[in-house]
Amino acid sequence: MSTAVLDKRPTGLPRVSQRYFPVLATLLLLVLMYLFGTFQYEGFASGQGVANLFIDNSYLIVVAVGMTFVILTGGIDLSVGAVVGLSTMVASTLLEDRGWSALLVIPVVLLIGCTLGGLMGAVIHYYEIQPFIVTLAGMFLARGLCYVISTDSQSITDGLYSDIALKTIPLGGGVVITYSVIVALAAVLVAYMVLHYTRLGRNVYAMGGSKQSAMLMGLPVARTTIAVYTISGFCAALGGILFSFYALSGSPNTAIGLELDAIAAVVIGGTLLIGGSGFVLGSVIGVLVLGLIQTIITFANLESYFTRITIGLLLFAFILLQRLVFARRSPGS
Amino acid sequence: MSITRHRLFYPGVLLLVLLVSNVFFTPTFFNLRMQDGHLYGSLIDIVRNGAPLLIVAVGMTFVIATGGIDLSVGAVMAISGAVATHHIAGLSNQDSTAGVLTAVGMALGFCLLLGLWNGILVAVVGIQPIIATLILMVAGRGVAQWITDGQIITVNSPAYKLIGGGYKLALPFAIFLAIAVLVFAAVISRRSALGMLIESVGGNAEASRLAGIRSRGLILLAYVFSGFCAGLAGLMISSNVSSADANNTGLFYELDAILAVVIGGTALIGGRYFLVGTLVGALTIQTLTTTILTIGINPNATLLFKAFVVFVMCLIQSPAFRAKVFRRRQRPASPPAAPASKEQHVRVPA
Repeated sequence: MSTAVLDKRPTGLPRVSQRYFPVLATLLLLVLMYLFGTFQYEGFASGQGVANLFIDNSYLIVVAVGMTFVILTGGIDLSVGAVVGLSTMVASTLLEDRGWSALLVIPVVLLIGCTLGGLMGAVIHYYEIQPFIVTLAGMFLARGLCYVISTDSQSITDGLYSDIALKTIPLGGGVVITYSVIVALAAVLVAYMVLHYTRLGRNVYAMGGSKQSAMLMGLPVARTTIAVYTISGFCAALGGILFSFYALSGSPNTAIGLELDAIAAVVIGGTLLIGGSGFVLGSVIGVLVLGLIQTIITFANLESYFTRITIGLLLFAFILLQRLVFARRSPGS
Repeated sequence: MSITRHRLFYPGVLLLVLLVSNVFFTPTFFNLRMQDGHLYGSLIDIVRNGAPLLIVAVGMTFVIATGGIDLSVGAVMAISGAVATHHIAGLSNQDSTAGVLTAVGMALGFCLLLGLWNGILVAVVGIQPIIATLILMVAGRGVAQWITDGQIITVNSPAYKLIGGGYKLALPFAIFLAIAVLVFAAVISRRSALGMLIESVGGNAEASRLAGIRSRGLILLAYVFSGFCAGLAGLMISSNVSSADANNTGLFYELDAILAVVIGGTALIGGRYFLVGTLVGALTIQTLTTTILTIGINPNATLLFKAFVVFVMCLIQSPAFRAKVFRRRQRPASPPAAPASKEQHVRVPA
């Protein structure tokens, strides 16, 4: 009751800026961090440095894009790290041991990701089991399959595959990017279009706002749930392919804990964890913030474990920020 | 009421099937023997190796009963081992009882604080449990590495070794610790109103607050207890190998603990908890791990079996699945898209 009264109280900030506030805060943080690095460390600011930020994190960008869809509906996908690992394993095994063509391997890997995601979405929806536990089972399954394929890592020597992986595209001024960056940016663009200009996108936001209302409005909740987990599975598989481009190998231990980074990026990027509010571009900024932390810690010659502590602190700060900005929407207050 | 309706029926059957199936691969599976005054055997191994998991799972049971979840237990375990070994490594006499007790006290005290931190985020600040504990899950391992300075600390302290690797009365000391935690939790929560209050908070925090229950304090308590349990389990694991590995101690323990709780019939939605079920769940997971080791399958394939077990247990517990498959609910199932409502867990057969 008291919250309803509070709702009517005029707030200082207009609605629009409230919606964008977390994303803007993240963007500001990114800029401040970049400026800090530029003034603090010699050789920090360079065109290639920025390009490397994208090159090194292209797979995480793609995975975070998929995670954004899931979190926007109010769900969570813990299986993405394991699916990335499985994708690198399937790709390296099919390419090297079976001698398949890269043109055939990539669709197969993507199909596996979609299938796993779709199955998890179906179980979540039709059997009403929490996404948390279903995707946990999916994580065990995918990681277990990695080890069933092989317990050793396998390097990739396939001609076409390594060509795509190693080929650089000059942007002028001596700055180069890889095809992975283009794939990642394309994924972001497509995700943006889907979320903001299609029915599926509207349904995703509506479901995250209130699943009950979405259902009562006659929105296809079943289809949307299965779709978002399929998208997340697809993105994880695509992320796996980009990772195998990056590392040119497949290893069963690839990307353990990647789901945490992806979730952190999405949260830092301003997406509400209860769903219904957030932007895919925010998640990209979130990934860049994580990448920049890594870069600064390398430049500062700090131990790598400070990365995790910093990410934890940022996560804390942004969750508090969400609480303050969206206080009236959160349960339990 | 047929026996199949009992909530421990499926978990119990699963555990029995696992145990009995071992006899086909290892005929001596159930044998116990005495050697140097210690009892040895596969069963003892299962209970001993399962002891830390059981302790973590007991703490997790209470958190889940309040409708929450604690993802940080693995990281807390790593921190606990790091704090204790760091202190012991700095002692002039690593075996001094007072020194080891101080180390244990420091580690457990720190873990209580970490639990309190989680509890404050959930109960006072009002952050969703998954997210609140995710913060510590992400940062915790970094903190543990910070304490150990990125190294694996090794100690030479028989007194410390007792916690996880020692023997008392012919049995591994870890077993006594685990039983103590389980019995303490059971007595304190089931012989008083505490357990019921926790269940009421998990059922509906707001309603129980209006009914005069201090839900905030109870939620805090659950997370503090979970932090304590994780700390104790972390000590056991670190003591068993006389070292602290900040990177790998307790890795994936949060998932195993949640799994143990869920297998035991405690629904993730909160409002009900079953400590005996958690015991069965923890033993099941450990039996699974041990079985796969003794059969000689690649231990990493355990994950596949776990995936299968999680999946089956969740399906069995899912009201929607039961309604569709067994069709024994008298009224038609609610529309398939209905979100898991808070009333559902009330119908879980007791």
